Amino acid sequence: MTTTLDRRTVTGSAPRRPVAPHSKRTKATVLFGLIAFTVYSVAPVWWLIVAATKGQSDLYTTSGLWFAEFRLLDNFRELFTYQDGIFLTWMWNTVVYSLAGTAGMTLICVACGYGLAMYRFRGRGVMMGCIIGSFLVPHALLTIPSFLLYTDLRMIDTPWAIIVPSFFSAFSVYLAKVYAEGAIPHELLEAARIDGAGEYRIFFVIGARLMSTGAATIFLLGFVGSWNSFFGPLVYLRSQDKWTVMLGLYSWLKVKVDNSTDLTGLVVVGSIVSLIPMVVLMVSMQRYWRSGVTLGSLK
Amino acid sequence: MSAPAAMTWRRVAALKGASFTVPFFLGFVLFTAVPIVLALRESMYTTKSSGLGFGEKTIEFVGLGNLLKGMGDERFWAGMGRVALFAAISIPLIQVASVTLALLLDAATRRVAARFRLALLIPYMIPGIVATLIWIYLYSPDVGPLTPFFALFGVDADFYSGELIWVSIGNLMAWGGIGFNMLIVYAALQAVPREIFEGARVDGASELRIAWSIKVPLIRRSLVLTTVLSIIGTLQIFSDPMLFRSMTPETVTRDFTPIMGIYDWAFAQGDFNYAAALSIILALVVGLASAIFYRFTNKAPTS
Repeated sequence: MTTTLDRRTVTGSAPRRPVAPHSKRTKATVLFGLIAFTVYSVAPVWWLIVAATKGQSDLYTTSGLWFAEFRLLDNFRELFTYQDGIFLTWMWNTVVYSLAGTAGMTLICVACGYGLAMYRFRGRGVMMGCIIGSFLVPHALLTIPSFLLYTDLRMIDTPWAIIVPSFFSAFSVYLAKVYAEGAIPHELLEAARIDGAGEYRIFFVIGARLMSTGAATIFLLGFVGSWNSFFGPLVYLRSQDKWTVMLGLYSWLKVKVDNSTDLTGLVVVGSIVSLIPMVVLMVSMQRYWRSGVTLGSLK
Repeated sequence: MSAPAAMTWRRVAALKGASFTVPFFLGFVLFTAVPIVLALRESMYTTKSSGLGFGEKTIEFVGLGNLLKGMGDERFWAGMGRVALFAAISIPLIQVASVTLALLLDAATRRVAARFRLALLIPYMIPGIVATLIWIYLYSPDVGPLTPFFALFGVDADFYSGELIWVSIGNLMAWGGIGFNMLIVYAALQAVPREIFEGARVDGASELRIAWSIKVPLIRRSLVLTTVLSIIGTLQIFSDPMLFRSMTPETVTRDFTPIMGIYDWAFAQGDFNYAAALSIILALVVGLASAIFYRFTNKAPTS
């Protein structure tokens, strides 16, 4: 598993000369294939955007791929006022859980990865074994006993059940260790030691700085993960005012079966709004998550 | 500095270094190791209520009883079979699509590739729940454009039906997963020195030949990796069928997939002990499937 993570994939790509496929036909085939995949990737999102601008009745009667009467603002108003603005509560909760959980996780896991990468101490091999081994443990195995454990810790139906466990991500430690090995030369630490700096000072002044790109990547991947999480909140959160936005959208989808109210319009607009923070974050931090995906190749 | 002094100094530094890992490992023990031990313990007990369910509840030790019961649970294994069959069909298809896409991107000039890459990754940016919602509506006979589209060709496609539900879910997973797998494979391809391909071109190999005989073998490791991850993920599929269940509870039953069954046992029926036993069985199956796949594909040394 580790061999795919050699330095070249970590720092980007090997220098490459632009090589064009030689024949015109190859070029056309390549272009056609790429366009076909792009249409497949983008069309469903396009449908969602179009649908979000429509009134409830147009949703059922007009073509899905083009605009009808433009009612986006009305839809927003309805979304934000439905049930006294519960949707805004859900968005806020998700922001708080994700930010708090991911910030703590980044700090704890970067420190741990740094420790594992830069020092030789007893038990280090066992620790690495635990981290790698835990990748294979299915979430399902943990969920049921975790529920019992959190009940004992009185964490069920509190934000802590979502925030605190997310601090300890084995995957992030692994990323941090791989990154630290690539980014921090041992000689630099030696030099700092000779100058009389303590180990903790070295971490905060040198290590943490050299790892800032890796930390940003870890933060981004963690934030996306907690923003998207579903199973945990579904199991650990009971009261509606503590839900995350994904859980809320799911509950609105379910309403249709339970009674005659149709919340399709709200689910559609709510989905779009729930995407906005993600898209903003990912586009602005593009280089981090691209390197993160290739760095980890694991999530 | 004398030799023993240097030794202690080194040891102190190593201890301080180890202390960086302490917060993580305390949490790791509490939130990963403890639950695993708890799962093993819970699975060995059963809660019985005496009389008609009004009396005192008693906890009984049953040893491997729950596990054995789970091993013979037809409904649970039916779910497992559904998911395993689904994985066996969908994962290769998704992998082929991802590799094709990565090869296409790699064959394009850098400028063209950069232009397409972001668009191709849009599905990866969409949270799984939202992706599922989008496709649920696209499949819907009421609001979705797909049913009328197929009707144009005289095909009456009911995407929620028992026959098509896995195709519907498979397409959804392909939509969300291809971009991510493509990115990993593409990154592996980019790391290969271009001169290798140039040499083959000079020797007169066609682009297709280069792709198949040189590029694909070179990215085998990434493929094994993404496949193992897909196996782990697919056997644990939960949220997608759970959302589909909201639309079509007759087709997607409450024990449709193994995890849905576990969730149902624990939270609808309140039998945590049995749910824990089923979780252990699922964990064993996932581990075994990944190990077997890894063993079979990693025999020959590559790259």
